[in-house]
Amino acid sequence: MRQAALIARLAALTTLLALLFVPELFRGILEPLTENGAPAIYNQGSLLQLTLAHLALVAAATAIGGLAALAMGIFVTRPAGAEFLPLSRSIVNIGQTFPPVAVLALAVPAVGFGVTPTLIALVLYGLLPIFENTITGLREVPETTIEAARGMGMGGWRRLALVELPLALPVILAGLRLSVVVNLGTATIGSTVAAKGLGEVIIAGLQTSNTAFILQGGVIVALLAVLIYDGLGAIERIAARRAGRSAG
Amino acid sequence: MTERAGAARGLAALPAARRLDKLGIAIAGLIAVTLWLLPFATFKANRIVSGKGLGLAQALEPAAAAAGLAVFTGIALLAVLRTAPAWRLAAAAIGLAVLCFLVGLVPAHVVPAGNTLARIAPAAGFWTLFFAFAILMADSIARLALGPVARVAILGLGAAAALALLASGAWGGLSIMREFANNADGFWREAGRHVALALGSLAGAVAVGLPLGILCHRSAALRQITLPVLNIVQTIPSIAMYGLMMVPLGLLAAKVPLAASLGIRGIGAAPALIALFLYSLLPVVANVVVGLAQVPATVIEAARGMGMTARQRLFLAELPLALPLILTGIRIVLVQNMGLVTIAALIGGGGFGTFVFQGLGQSATDLVLLGAVPTIALAFAAAILLDAAIDLTRGCPA
Repeated sequence: MRQAALIARLAALTTLLALLFVPELFRGILEPLTENGAPAIYNQGSLLQLTLAHLALVAAATAIGGLAALAMGIFVTRPAGAEFLPLSRSIVNIGQTFPPVAVLALAVPAVGFGVTPTLIALVLYGLLPIFENTITGLREVPETTIEAARGMGMGGWRRLALVELPLALPVILAGLRLSVVVNLGTATIGSTVAAKGLGEVIIAGLQTSNTAFILQGGVIVALLAVLIYDGLGAIERIAARRAGRSAG
Repeated sequence: MTERAGAARGLAALPAARRLDKLGIAIAGLIAVTLWLLPFATFKANRIVSGKGLGLAQALEPAAAAAGLAVFTGIALLAVLRTAPAWRLAAAAIGLAVLCFLVGLVPAHVVPAGNTLARIAPAAGFWTLFFAFAILMADSIARLALGPVARVAILGLGAAAALALLASGAWGGLSIMREFANNADGFWREAGRHVALALGSLAGAVAVGLPLGILCHRSAALRQITLPVLNIVQTIPSIAMYGLMMVPLGLLAAKVPLAASLGIRGIGAAPALIALFLYSLLPVVANVVVGLAQVPATVIEAARGMGMTARQRLFLAELPLALPLILTGIRIVLVQNMGLVTIAALIGGGGFGTFVFQGLGQSATDLVLLGAVPTIALAFAAAILLDAAIDLTRGCPA
């Protein structure tokens, strides 16, 4: 079972790299899907550069959203911000019912086309799972553990940095993983508002009814999302093991 | 002496400070900044050009502007003071009603008679005030800890008020309603398509996911294969998924005339429905598995002791007890689908996304709003209704 999973991961990674670096390899599969001599291999830009732009957008949005969410999550779990806790929970719940594509579409009239509306939508939407999980993670830290840290003479900040955050880390990382996966998808839609990314390949395929483009773009985006989701899951398990050890 | 007097004054000041509401201060600050700085409405010479912002005083007749200012300031004060949640809820509702009414008055005041090209749209100030009142409302509802029936009643009142506002024609001059008038037939067709796709894929996912979840609950081997595979399916971004569905369906339609005659094509509703169905499976199956797993073994023992057959146990004991969690899965699916259907428009699947992407293509903001606002409203209503249903099933298990 474990070996099969490993082989599946390696196969996915190899396919992804081959699609990005030597797309010509797939000409035989893709050619029958085209009509009227349309190009089989995406030719309107480098797939590798589009992938990097896509990843950079997601990384930037997740970093900004993640830091903001972490700061807010810490604030509402301190005594000073406790009054905001019930409301921030309901805002997170309501916010997550907003479809990402609607957030993206609404950001366009506010700031125009391009990377900016996509970045705004990604930050806003990616914030929610991290914020929710930061609150959950910090509140799940046992009261006795915090008492013990206090008894050891730790101040509020030291307690937060050395005890609470490490224990909450696995839950926070789970939120981060969800956020990254949602953002990878939303960034793909971002191509409809002229943000550079892998959505361009699929949309070019849709516009020219070139199934070969759709398949290439679709497979690359899907493999990327699955591999990143899987990789972050592995990091999460390591963090969980560490938190378990330091808690015990 | 003076020191003691100062201390006494400090003590007296403390309860007064405690009577202030921290969240209320934030909301009042937001209202003040908005009224001070942000445009209330936008004036555009035509549909496409970028507009000019109008403050409350420029957008409305002096009497209306003053009334609005008075009402909004009053709500800000009420929010700052520690008032009873019911009052805060009422104030938020009044604020939203006054806000929506006032914005409907703008076109008549600003647009010269006979000018049919000019467009008036709510601007940042309107949306920020809307957000501030909505937060006040959400906070007071959270503080009141309302039951499911009361929450659905509030949703119903809100929906009725919104429909009454739209039907009354009070917003007739606003640009989003002008877009609606231009697309009136298409709007209801796409609305029907949107809901049909979201509910149809959900129905399919429940029909397949419920038995699959029950099987997964019983067989660990099946569970260990099914759940990771469905998890992977969920991570695939929606455009990619729609695209990938188009390829086999397109080939099927080209090679099998029967499939084509049944309406199965590479583009349109068929690939959208299948993609949504695949996305919907994981939440349903996973929640059925978790729901069945948390049924106490003692209950199952008791059911067996009463002489129930395996089938009776499943339908009379296990599934009813798992219902709240199964409904939670359905809630996730429905809210998610309401949003994802929007993207189906890219492959000709229809739905409100049609307006969103047409609007983006023509850089017509109002058309984007015509698609985005109903989508958000549908997702929001679905969440509230199913949350209430979950609470109701939790309240009276079995």
